Amino acid sequence: MEPSTYTQGIVQEACRRFGNDAHRMMDILWEVQDRLGCIDGQAMECIAAETGSYRVEVEGVVTFYAFFATTPQGQFIIRICEDIIDRHAGVEEIRAAFEKTLGIAVGQTTNDGLFSLHLTPCIGMCDQAPAVLINDLVVTGLTPGKVSKIVSTLKKSRNLNDIKPQSKGGLFKPGEGNNQHPLIRSMVKNNIRLAGEILLNTYSPEAGLAGALQQTPAEVVEMILASGLRGRGGAGFSTGRKWQMAAATEAEERYVICNADEGEPGTFKDRVLLTEKADLLFEGMTIAAYAVGARHGILYLRGEYRYLRPYLEHCLEERRKKGLLGANIGKTVGGQYDGEFDIRIQIGAGAYICGEESSLISSCEGRRGEPKNRPPYPVQSGYLGYPTVVNNVETLCNVPRILEKGISWFRSIGTSESAGTKLHSVSGDCSRPGIYELPMGCTVQELLDLAGAKDSACVQVGGASGDMIGRTEFGRRLCFEDLPTAGAFMSFTQTRNILEIVDYYMHFFIEESCGYCTPCRVGNVFMKKGLEKIIQGQGEPSDLEYLKDLGKTIIETSRCGLGHTSPKPILTSMKHFPLVYAALLKERPDGLQAGFNIQHALDESRIIAKRRSLIYDPDYSKSEKAD
Amino acid sequence: MKKKRIATASLAGCFGCHMSLLDIDERIIDLMKVAEFDRSPLNDFKKFTRRCDIGLIEGGCCNEDNVHVLREFRKNCDVLVAVGQCAIMGGLPVMRNAIMHSDDPLRECLDEAYRASPKVMNPDNQIPNDPALPLLLDKVYTVVDVVKVDYQIPGCPPSGDVLWTALTALIKGEPPELDWALIKYD
Repeated sequence: MEPSTYTQGIVQEACRRFGNDAHRMMDILWEVQDRLGCIDGQAMECIAAETGSYRVEVEGVVTFYAFFATTPQGQFIIRICEDIIDRHAGVEEIRAAFEKTLGIAVGQTTNDGLFSLHLTPCIGMCDQAPAVLINDLVVTGLTPGKVSKIVSTLKKSRNLNDIKPQSKGGLFKPGEGNNQHPLIRSMVKNNIRLAGEILLNTYSPEAGLAGALQQTPAEVVEMILASGLRGRGGAGFSTGRKWQMAAATEAEERYVICNADEGEPGTFKDRVLLTEKADLLFEGMTIAAYAVGARHGILYLRGEYRYLRPYLEHCLEERRKKGLLGANIGKTVGGQYDGEFDIRIQIGAGAYICGEESSLISSCEGRRGEPKNRPPYPVQSGYLGYPTVVNNVETLCNVPRILEKGISWFRSIGTSESAGTKLHSVSGDCSRPGIYELPMGCTVQELLDLAGAKDSACVQVGGASGDMIGRTEFGRRLCFEDLPTAGAFMSFTQTRNILEIVDYYMHFFIEESCGYCTPCRVGNVFMKKGLEKIIQGQGEPSDLEYLKDLGKTIIETSRCGLGHTSPKPILTSMKHFPLVYAALLKERPDGLQAGFNIQHALDESRIIAKRRSLIYDPDYSKSEKAD
Repeated sequence: MKKKRIATASLAGCFGCHMSLLDIDERIIDLMKVAEFDRSPLNDFKKFTRRCDIGLIEGGCCNEDNVHVLREFRKNCDVLVAVGQCAIMGGLPVMRNAIMHSDDPLRECLDEAYRASPKVMNPDNQIPNDPALPLLLDKVYTVVDVVKVDYQIPGCPPSGDVLWTALTALIKGEPPELDWALIKYD
């Protein structure tokens, strides 16, 4: 079918804005969806024609990302955050309230085309749950009462601005700090409970950059190496070593990418850094670019944080005006450097896997967010085949501070193997959820005390892919040499059902697996089935061995970090809470599998054959008895 | 030494594994010196006469009778062995489990088998439903889905040599150990 000229016009305009470049597919798709409401078959045909790709490639990308729709969506797309913290905060009531007031179920769109309702994993608002996204607008601390007010306001005015927070009157109040900036105007709260010395402290802007430009790039790399800075995204790889390898690879171009795809459930520290310390981050990216010889930078911002984009673009524009980006950065801060560097923002579209660096690069290249084979590593061949440094937001924010205050200052904070501070996003059962900046090496108990988590029985450290630990482990230290963390810290009292938490995380990993490799795509489903069997009281002691064995196989044979960590909720909870499992397990001496239910297996057949079972319906025939 | 009692059954299989058992050829004479068959299609015993040492199961479960027989075997055999691909993984019959995105997969399967398929010659348009026919299960289950098994012997079918090696070990009360060359099928 020929596409309508309207669709064609919009697609052509969108594609032209991005140079008809298939590598800018994510931007093109966002633009088309924003204007057409969805990316349907016609739009996909047009995009393929305009960018010189095939329809199937475009469709592959569209269908990969949760935030892209192929069928028409409502004017207001409501995404309810279904993370475990939100569940404990009463998200079921919020969901029920939305379903009742809108008259639709999750996954549906109202007949008047105004509202669509979806569930989404963690949107980075665990300290102010329950939260939802309405298009780009974040609404936090919801109650069923507020839900009906939101819906009636939007029904009446059909304008999202009417539910935006206002300092006077209005449904919601804006959050503190930069959340009140006219370009953000969000009700999101920073909840900075404890500002440490490095990241959330005051600093002299551009002092780090000036310091860097007075040294050679190699000296800057040496300095970061000597500082002992390690990646804050979880893996803890030496940042200096990463830069060194990227700089050492012969290439015409190099790229610096900042990973702001903060998708790990329970993590929201990068959101606060992006809100309050955007300039520090961009300064860090500029130093990284100088050190490795990159001319281009990309900030990969998760789709859930799209509300920060206008502000971040504004910060970049200000930096360009001041000469801190673009050509001759050296002149501005008083150095010899005459190279150039600029940053663009790439918006993600709701895919956890894109927080994995090679998937993130695939996404930046306009492809499905699938991981790449390694080697070659991104520092050798990354974005478009060029050496690429991918660093976490928090990592890059440390860089200008190290340049400004020196190596010994930085190393004096934290432990010998883990220099500096760490941001912790604390949520769950505690009286002071929010952001805590603490020196590396503080204990779990110290952080629990600070956060006012009195009766914590269980802490999920590092998010879904981290470790679930119990009271006996609360003396452990949060640092790379003991208990590494990417920043999530969720506290649960003993009133919470540990297996429910674990079960949710497995559900999360199944949903977020990209499906490329079998161990992860299939294995995680088997893990969850094994867990469900135990939860339903049909488990046997041998099931634990099976789960351990399967988990080990998934970890060893998966292609990327998702599968390397996805069995951890089950494996670490089994290790630290053996009694929770043991209480549900039962030996079965009859040799039958408890998971198999013959009555259930026969239900469909009875209906089709219109008769009962000779063997398993005992009253059917007196001569035959059920076994 | 007391002779070991062996029982065998073919559930949702093709009897290929049983045929393969006959491929032990004249070694069957040696086998009969140390073992005897109880319930088995080889001697046409329909019921267990007493408790058995070894049960061999060919095929998975596609209907209620398969489940019934399998549970009988579990109850009456000390060591239960899943023999061949259908018993272990479901084999060919399990292909019907691929009808997943249907509200009524079993009906869809029967329609395809007896009505809709272009090669079907069925003037009455009837789906077989004699009361003597066991009811089908909603999907095909492997032996391991329904009962616990002690050993699995792979192959489609396992060769006579594989079965011979496994049986002689089991009769001695040892776990069957199969050389790589024996179970390399391609």
